[in-house]
Amino acid sequence: MSLSTLTKPWEAMSYGFLDGSAKRELRRKMLKSVAVPGCQMPYASREVPMARGWGTGGLQVSLTLVNPQTRVKVIDQGADDSVNAASIRRFIARVAGTPTTMDTLDADLIQSRHRIPEEILREDQVLVLQVPNPEPLRPVQPNTSIARQMHADADYGRMWLQLYEQIVRSGRVMQGASYPSLVHGRHVMTPSPIPRWDVPKLHMAKHLTILSAGREKRIFAVPPYTRVEPLVFSDVPYKVEEHGALTCTRSGTTGFFMNEIPQDDGSSAFEVSDSEWGVKTIRARDGEGESRGETWYKDGEMPQ
Amino acid sequence: MTLTLDAPRIVETRPLLEVHGVSKAYGPVQAVRNVSAHAYPGEVLGIVGESGSGKSTLLRMMNLEEIPEDGSYTLDLPDVSGNLFELDRFARRMLCATKIGIVYQNPHLGLLMKHSSSGNVAERLLVAGERSFATLRAAATEALDASEFPLDRLDAPPIELSGGMQQRVQLAKAIALEPALLLLDEPTTGLDVSVQALVLDTLKRLQQDRHITMVIVSHDLGVIRTLADRVMVMRRGEVVETGLADQIFQDPQHPYTQQLVHAKL
Amino acid sequence: MTVLDIQGLTKGFSLHHLAKDIPAFEDISFRVAAGEFVLLKGANGAGKSTLLRTLYRSYLPLSGEIRFHSSHGLIDLARAADVDVAHLRRTEIGFVTQFLTARPRVSAEAIVAEPLRLAGWEPEAALDAARKALATFGVKPDLWAAYPTTFSGGEQQKVNLARALILPQKLLMLDEPTASLDANARAALVARLQELKDQGTAMIGVFHHPDDVMHLIDRVVDLTPDAAPQEERDDVAL
Repeated sequence: MSLSTLTKPWEAMSYGFLDGSAKRELRRKMLKSVAVPGCQMPYASREVPMARGWGTGGLQVSLTLVNPQTRVKVIDQGADDSVNAASIRRFIARVAGTPTTMDTLDADLIQSRHRIPEEILREDQVLVLQVPNPEPLRPVQPNTSIARQMHADADYGRMWLQLYEQIVRSGRVMQGASYPSLVHGRHVMTPSPIPRWDVPKLHMAKHLTILSAGREKRIFAVPPYTRVEPLVFSDVPYKVEEHGALTCTRSGTTGFFMNEIPQDDGSSAFEVSDSEWGVKTIRARDGEGESRGETWYKDGEMPQ
Repeated sequence: MTLTLDAPRIVETRPLLEVHGVSKAYGPVQAVRNVSAHAYPGEVLGIVGESGSGKSTLLRMMNLEEIPEDGSYTLDLPDVSGNLFELDRFARRMLCATKIGIVYQNPHLGLLMKHSSSGNVAERLLVAGERSFATLRAAATEALDASEFPLDRLDAPPIELSGGMQQRVQLAKAIALEPALLLLDEPTTGLDVSVQALVLDTLKRLQQDRHITMVIVSHDLGVIRTLADRVMVMRRGEVVETGLADQIFQDPQHPYTQQLVHAKL
Repeated sequence: MTVLDIQGLTKGFSLHHLAKDIPAFEDISFRVAAGEFVLLKGANGAGKSTLLRTLYRSYLPLSGEIRFHSSHGLIDLARAADVDVAHLRRTEIGFVTQFLTARPRVSAEAIVAEPLRLAGWEPEAALDAARKALATFGVKPDLWAAYPTTFSGGEQQKVNLARALILPQKLLMLDEPTASLDANARAALVARLQELKDQGTAMIGVFHHPDDVMHLIDRVVDLTPDAAPQEERDDVAL
């Protein structure tokens, strides 16, 4: 036995950029977060060649989960072709040799910033969400130590107080993105800044969702088939954005979450936020074949 | 010397609140030394003493904010048993939220100053698990009304309110869940005399209408005289004298109590 | 039937800051039966009011016994627990003073109804009884809902009497209740006292002008030191 048989030959970089111990820690923390759905697990959060706050949390999870066969899709606010999404996708492919795709149905792993694709994800798919602020209690309890005690005690009264205040002041719940939700009836989490439209997609979803905040060094998860319930008053129902009746000006698709494009005359045009869904719709319209999968929303409504 | 009093013979109910032999030191300062106190259901116990006498520390113990080194604390209520100082954090929080109300001298301690007044009251019910907006709204309105808070200011944040109004919000919050025990820490200190009278009157009314057991701490003898049935005099962390309120004020026994009573204008 | 049996009662005050003991009365003994009216007599400072307050336990006696035959059995008020005394004050022992302790923003009828409320009466029934009592003492109906803090001394005293006498008690202490009363109110007071007396209330009173209650008095106790402890009513020299 010699040193050369015990060690691997020198390489310029580990597979998937992160070193073995970093990935081992992340795997353990992911397992823990799957075991206690919605509960934030601290992790070390290594340096990656990207600024904190640009998706480093999601990137570390993706780099840990991929193998050379994993087909990776990266989206930023629904779009596959934004600079940030393209850069992350290229980086993962370069350091892990993974194939990439833009098609939601083809992907094994989807890293996303602020959206969940409109097509239903399957059991064999993993969604990785980038999280800027993982602590739902921060607006009501700035002291992190006390906030952790509150999670431990399921002391969430203040979260409803926040909603109460919004209704009293504005006549309705004003919380848009990051709508606090109760996971598995126990922990309140922030589902990352996805719109209200996307929160119901997490409820009893077939896929695994891992949420990771690189700057804040926290990881949490929604395992497959887990209850995710937005916090609401029993007599004030949860409402998603009123996008159900909007039509995309480019693809003509209706009943999905839209981006609003202000026009010169002061009016607004709408474009479907899930860019690949738009592309697929256009292809179908132009006779290039139907590639669209089943969607969570049907005719602009989320079936119960 | 006067006579030693017997144990109660006519009143057979147990005291609602019993604190026995509590002591607490902050570093070298002995804030409370071997103090015992009790209050019967519907009774108002007044605790007087100068600053540093340990009266506020004792009250904070009754609210389980402060855990003494020694001693026991019991409340004679259904589903409540044992020494409350031994409860874990979770049980303590639920007990305080549902059975005990408190009004602090400093409204900042008891209120979220930038939330709405009604929201401050509703929070108590939220902690206890109420999740209907309409119920929260109705209960907050009712409690604020009972505290004689002007209902057109229901959603004004306490930071915009006068001191007297802030105390009413605290009071409404304290009584919203109909607690068995209401703790008052210098509830009128720092208020104008006329506002003070109104707050005292509200307290008196609540006591008569709801028969809540109260413990009120004050260095203001006028406040204690107006509200208390029985008075406990504290000095340097110890109880020097207890008695019926009129007896303490008209026939104080201990030199310190005499000094205190005679110093009153 | 004896209601109160006072044995060797002594009271004095220790003023610690003057390092002085001030005696009030010493070794007082007498009994009061149900329906009996006892007048306390004595020079100023003989301790008449002090004795009443000691019996009511506003003052703590130095020694002796105050044996009260309560509906719960015999109890020594000199040694009874505070909570027992408080209970008896709500239910069996009354005290009529010269002054009303009015509270801001509490109406006359509410003040009068208070003892009934504390004794467990329903709010409406208590208010009805309170209004009747106020009428008996000659308080005009338009004042019933007003705040007595603004009343004249005489009107305040009427409210005070209505309140103190509304609930029939087993034992009633009267500390110069006729002071500042007009003739009509005085007559109403005497009538009410007679009524309570007939119902069996034992009374101990201090009066500046006992003429008002002359025909109620059964016995006189003279607190002047060295005076005969009990005199028959006929011997009173007025």
